Amino acid sequence: MQQPGRAAEIKAIGIGKSFGSFRALDNLSLDIGRGEFLTLLGPSGSGKTTFLMILAGFVQPTEGKLLSDGVDITDRPAEQRAAGMVFQGYALFPHMSVEANIAFPLKVRKKSAADIKRRVGEMIERVGLKGHEKKLPAQLSGGQQQRVALARALVFEPGVLLLDEPFSALDKGLRGQMQAEMKRLHQETGTTFVFVTHDQSEALALSSRVAIFNHGKLLQVGPPDEVYDRPDNRFVAEFLGEINMLPLKGVRPAGNGSTGLCEDRTISMGCKAELVQGDAILAIRPEYMSISGEAADGENGIAATATNSTYLGAATRLDLTTRQGAKVTVSVPNEVAAAALSKGNSVWLTWPAEKGFLLPHGGQ
Amino acid sequence: MRSYLSDRMGAALLMAPLLLFLVLAYAWPFLGVVKWSFTLPTPGLGQYEALLTDDLVQSVFIRTLRIAAVVTVVSVAAAYAITVVWVRGTPAQRLIAEFCILVPFWISVLTRAFGWVALLSNRGLINTWLQAIGFISEPLALVRNEFGVIVGMTHFLIPFAVFPLASAMRSLDDRVLLAARGLGSSRMRTFWTVFVPMTRSGIIGAAMIVFVFSLGFFVTPAILGGGRSVMIAELIYLRIFQSPDWGLGAAISVVLVLFVGALMALLFRYVRPKQLI
Repeated sequence: MQQPGRAAEIKAIGIGKSFGSFRALDNLSLDIGRGEFLTLLGPSGSGKTTFLMILAGFVQPTEGKLLSDGVDITDRPAEQRAAGMVFQGYALFPHMSVEANIAFPLKVRKKSAADIKRRVGEMIERVGLKGHEKKLPAQLSGGQQQRVALARALVFEPGVLLLDEPFSALDKGLRGQMQAEMKRLHQETGTTFVFVTHDQSEALALSSRVAIFNHGKLLQVGPPDEVYDRPDNRFVAEFLGEINMLPLKGVRPAGNGSTGLCEDRTISMGCKAELVQGDAILAIRPEYMSISGEAADGENGIAATATNSTYLGAATRLDLTTRQGAKVTVSVPNEVAAAALSKGNSVWLTWPAEKGFLLPHGGQ
Repeated sequence: MRSYLSDRMGAALLMAPLLLFLVLAYAWPFLGVVKWSFTLPTPGLGQYEALLTDDLVQSVFIRTLRIAAVVTVVSVAAAYAITVVWVRGTPAQRLIAEFCILVPFWISVLTRAFGWVALLSNRGLINTWLQAIGFISEPLALVRNEFGVIVGMTHFLIPFAVFPLASAMRSLDDRVLLAARGLGSSRMRTFWTVFVPMTRSGIIGAAMIVFVFSLGFFVTPAILGGGRSVMIAELIYLRIFQSPDWGLGAAISVVLVLFVGALMALLFRYVRPKQLI
């Protein structure tokens, strides 16, 4: 984090943090690659913000080590780590103009007046705040304040930019716009971005990798499609989006994948049954399931009855119940939903083998 | 549902006793004082002319402003330090700070003034100790002068400066301070370039309150000034009860009230009353 203009590579080794008897973070090890866009995702109280604060140097870990470009920075105070940071609510200096806010980190670093003027000017241009230089933060809209916060955090070319739920105060349209802008800034600066959010769609849309937290533990890290399509456990599967879960019996390896019995039908899966054998849970995202009148032999499918539908505009969300009482939700074209409901009796739910994955039975 | 009107009437009823008391006990008698200033000893503007020419009155006015200014600077600076500990310290530090702020409120102004005399007089504790350790040979003149007055007044007024400062410091967003440190600013620099400017309204409020209170101080300067460092309130007392020169005393009162009124008006232009508590 100490070399300006160069993306940092951060290594967290066995980081733990306790507040009294509360375990906020437990034995966290994570490598953050040079220039990557890593999102820390989890519900509130999951430890993601605590980890960000430890990276920033505002919170001291109870155990573990933190390396930046191979140098141990665990005990280094925040002002010497100088990671760029964007806070929830922006935390701009209310008594300073836009210009002075952005110049602050450069003044602290005793840059020459000419250098400060040039870099602040460039940054203002880059985040689209031209014409607002002399305004106070209170005179700006939420989106503009956000831009000032980003500019202030990036102007001194930190090795890493830490972002704590920066978009939570913005309305939906503006949020999408700011997300796109942040992605652009990431590409332009090449800096390592570590981004905290509890919004799974934001995490999937922005990051090169997502780290999912719950109860102070890091559950899984991987690229968005990997954590979405192949979650390691039930929490990750459910947190990243809607998911259908069906009980599965007699799971065993078969060929390159595995098979099992679901409501007396043989189901095949693309994944290997390495850890889970016997009883397990079959998980399928709603968008991978379709509805048909009949399931061919050898095709994955179970019979179900449609119970309820919600019109969503582009598609209809259909709630179904299987013969043995499992609840399933699918998202299907509107006319398919209408047909399924009007029949009033059984339809077949089918899905491609590689889209179903196995989760251990019970627990997490 | 209660109507806006009945709420307003309710509020008016609740405030009525206080307003009535203020009118009867202050406003009405003060109108009498205003009348004296124009009528005694002879009708006309003679007393106000005397204010502009009387050397004693002018020197007392200047001394009062000087003492009030010094007391304001020292009190607000000291109160600022205490308040930082009170608002942002560890629980133990907070407790100690709270004790230091609240205990003076429970001790009468008279007791405190005599307490300072006991400490500061020629044969008081400080001079005796300093002589005992051989630091000085002659006692220092610490009381019966402006220094003594300033010490006593500062001690009395620090708690009054604490509340507006605490209110400003409590409303400050911690994340802004973290942001400054995260951007590379040391604790010292963050304090001076972020923390202090962000509590500006509290500083203005505290300074105005202390300054206005100082202008009207009577007991403390009377005791610690020992008649040599007379302030404006004491001068009014002397003119009315000892000279007796009621007209001049009344004219000084009127000028003082107008001056304080103007300062208060200025104060409320910059600070909302809520921020002063």
